Amino acid sequence: MTEMGASGTASAAGTATHGAAETPDGPRRAAATWLIRGARSASGEPEDLLIRDGVIAETGRGLAAAGAAVIDADGLIALPGLVDLHTHLREPGREDAETVATGTAAAALGGFTAVHAMANTEPAADTAGVVEQVWRLGRQAGRSDVYPVGAVTQGLAGAQLAELGAMADSAARVRIFSDDGRCVSDALLMRRALEYVKAFDGVIAQHAQEPRLTEDAQLNEGEMAGKLGLAGWPAVAEEAVIARDCLLAAHVDSRLHICHVSTAGSVEIIRWAKSKGWRVTAEVTPHHLLLTDELAASYDPVYKVNPPLRTAVDVTALRAGLADGTIDCVATDHAPHPAEDKETEWAVAAFGMTGLETALRVVQEAMVDTGLLDWAGVADRMSVRPALIGRLTGHGQPLRAGAAACLTLYDPSSRAQVDPSASPSKSRNTPFAGMALPGRVIATFLRGSPSVIDGKLT
Amino acid sequence: MNRHLISAGDLTRDDALLILDTADELARMSDRPIKKLPTLRGRTVVNLFFEDSTRTRISFEAAAKRLSADVINFSAKGSSVAKGESLKDTAQTLEAMGADGVVIRHSASGAPHRLAGWVRGSVVNAGDGTHEHPTQALLDAFTMRRRLGRLEGLRVTIVGDILHSRVARSNVLLLHTLGADVTLVGPPTLQPVAVDTWPCAVSYDLTATVPKSDVIMMLRVQQERMKAAFFPSVREYSRRYGLDAARMGMLPEHAIVMHPGPMNRGVEIAAEVADAPRSTVVEQVANGVSVRMAVLYLLLGGMAVPA
Repeated sequence: MTEMGASGTASAAGTATHGAAETPDGPRRAAATWLIRGARSASGEPEDLLIRDGVIAETGRGLAAAGAAVIDADGLIALPGLVDLHTHLREPGREDAETVATGTAAAALGGFTAVHAMANTEPAADTAGVVEQVWRLGRQAGRSDVYPVGAVTQGLAGAQLAELGAMADSAARVRIFSDDGRCVSDALLMRRALEYVKAFDGVIAQHAQEPRLTEDAQLNEGEMAGKLGLAGWPAVAEEAVIARDCLLAAHVDSRLHICHVSTAGSVEIIRWAKSKGWRVTAEVTPHHLLLTDELAASYDPVYKVNPPLRTAVDVTALRAGLADGTIDCVATDHAPHPAEDKETEWAVAAFGMTGLETALRVVQEAMVDTGLLDWAGVADRMSVRPALIGRLTGHGQPLRAGAAACLTLYDPSSRAQVDPSASPSKSRNTPFAGMALPGRVIATFLRGSPSVIDGKLT
Repeated sequence: MNRHLISAGDLTRDDALLILDTADELARMSDRPIKKLPTLRGRTVVNLFFEDSTRTRISFEAAAKRLSADVINFSAKGSSVAKGESLKDTAQTLEAMGADGVVIRHSASGAPHRLAGWVRGSVVNAGDGTHEHPTQALLDAFTMRRRLGRLEGLRVTIVGDILHSRVARSNVLLLHTLGADVTLVGPPTLQPVAVDTWPCAVSYDLTATVPKSDVIMMLRVQQERMKAAFFPSVREYSRRYGLDAARMGMLPEHAIVMHPGPMNRGVEIAAEVADAPRSTVVEQVANGVSVRMAVLYLLLGGMAVPA
């Protein structure tokens, strides 16, 4: 069975009909009224959701609406539309790897209704002009909302602050700033950035990587890197920066967000910072919740990512941190790369993995099926909290009457191998290729308009 | 045995002994007036060298030619690789030429693994980055066995830049398989952080280790390591981790001194040590050809070695 082609062929457990719209002319994107019957809410109870004019008009049992397209959602879970704080859409500059249109298509298939586009494009998203361009491209694509992340420093060079205020005031209304891919390693610059964004309730999302400790680094420094002869990326290079930045955020009483936390030590430091009441939030990627550095034994660069895959001890700590809320959310760090940047020797390959389409499935595998998180927890970590961190108002809301109809219908009983060739993304660098993962996104609604129906893009 | 020789760790004890025993037989052949054997006639061996190493390339070339294989030398310098051709494209070219064996030397760890996924022929790792150099370990084991008569229980001390050494990695794996007791010695900065998980002992004290060694193997230390603060100065390195005449005098009488070459005389090894009778440096070079003949012969499956 393929990832996306399941519904046409599956005969088990009624998945073939899940999400199929029962209208005479089949799925209709234009339908203004949708009645979702019997979806389990995050709290566990099945109920109906009536969507009209972009909002949830009514919830409850036995709802009816004349002319509504009806979705039989028996056995499906309704989650608020997922929000990704960390997506590389590559446009402008690397349209060979991904575009806003292809990346948001992948996002919709993964159940996301909002993604934050990282700033390391070419040119970098370090001016109001570039962030507005990306924001507009997202509006045109229409499948999920695109919130540009602004660069902290000009050209991500780590030397001079970008015009953070101009980006905040632009049409894109940027609230998250990051030099992701590079660390804001200069302590003074980091302090100033943290202070400056307080004026518009911004947050600095730090890619924590001490540069000197990670020169030419290839893989988590430990048993595997030593054995494989790959230059080590030590945990301390992440943890030292996180510790410093937590102290800086406390000192200037500003908001700090830690990108892609990957080590057990980082979880401990963040737990400590939170215990002090400091305004620190953190994200973890799906791949760091499931994979370890042992996969690098094949030297296949599909497993090369920054920060690197760590050890089983780290995976356990990250899962525990996400479960107890020390880590606020899951963010994909979706990092598409063309084949030629991955079909190489390990050392010259690009860092990064795609992740939008598999994120929810990996979280089910790593967190739900292990009993660490229930579906309410998933809704919190993949929608509510990331929306709060990004200060998004139209996303991450509980599925109640009056809320914007941004939601995802998910079938947790399905299980299928990941087939990268079925992805609308321009890139195929998923480390989960061929892996059997649970779950399937059946439908995604963005303000009442379906971007995915019956597991397929509309 | 595997189709490829990429890591010394892939060899079972029986595999390793078969290679050493075959090398013994082949070494006897090379004492004959006509050194050439017809065993790989009609087979093509490509020496794919992305990193300069005249010694290793010549050794493999001599080995393949003595087995009558057709040898193609491919050096990355001045080739399509210099023009940006990828390893995968190079692999496809080799496939099209019908290479039965590819000997690869590359500055990137894991390049032979990648190549093995793209070609049908046997891949022999002739040194990849800071990962492994399995034929070096085999020729070292061969040399030890010839000089000392056994490998089981042999106390082998490997000294120097363990962190960046493919020779050390392959030797630790192979010698462990063959029952020797390996001790790695070097400054803590030049030992991998998880070296305690390797099947060997670790020490920072060369002077204390020397008297307990049947074999002492000195690794080349690159002077540019000093710039990255691995050690303060070449002189200090030499004082603490170099093998000079005084330290050599502390070795047991039967002990041998090895070096994979090229040597930095006066840095990790003093000139009088390098040229001492117990130094096996030149023998190692000669043994390299026999061991590589054995590897090519066993991997490429030639005709039986004539008695």
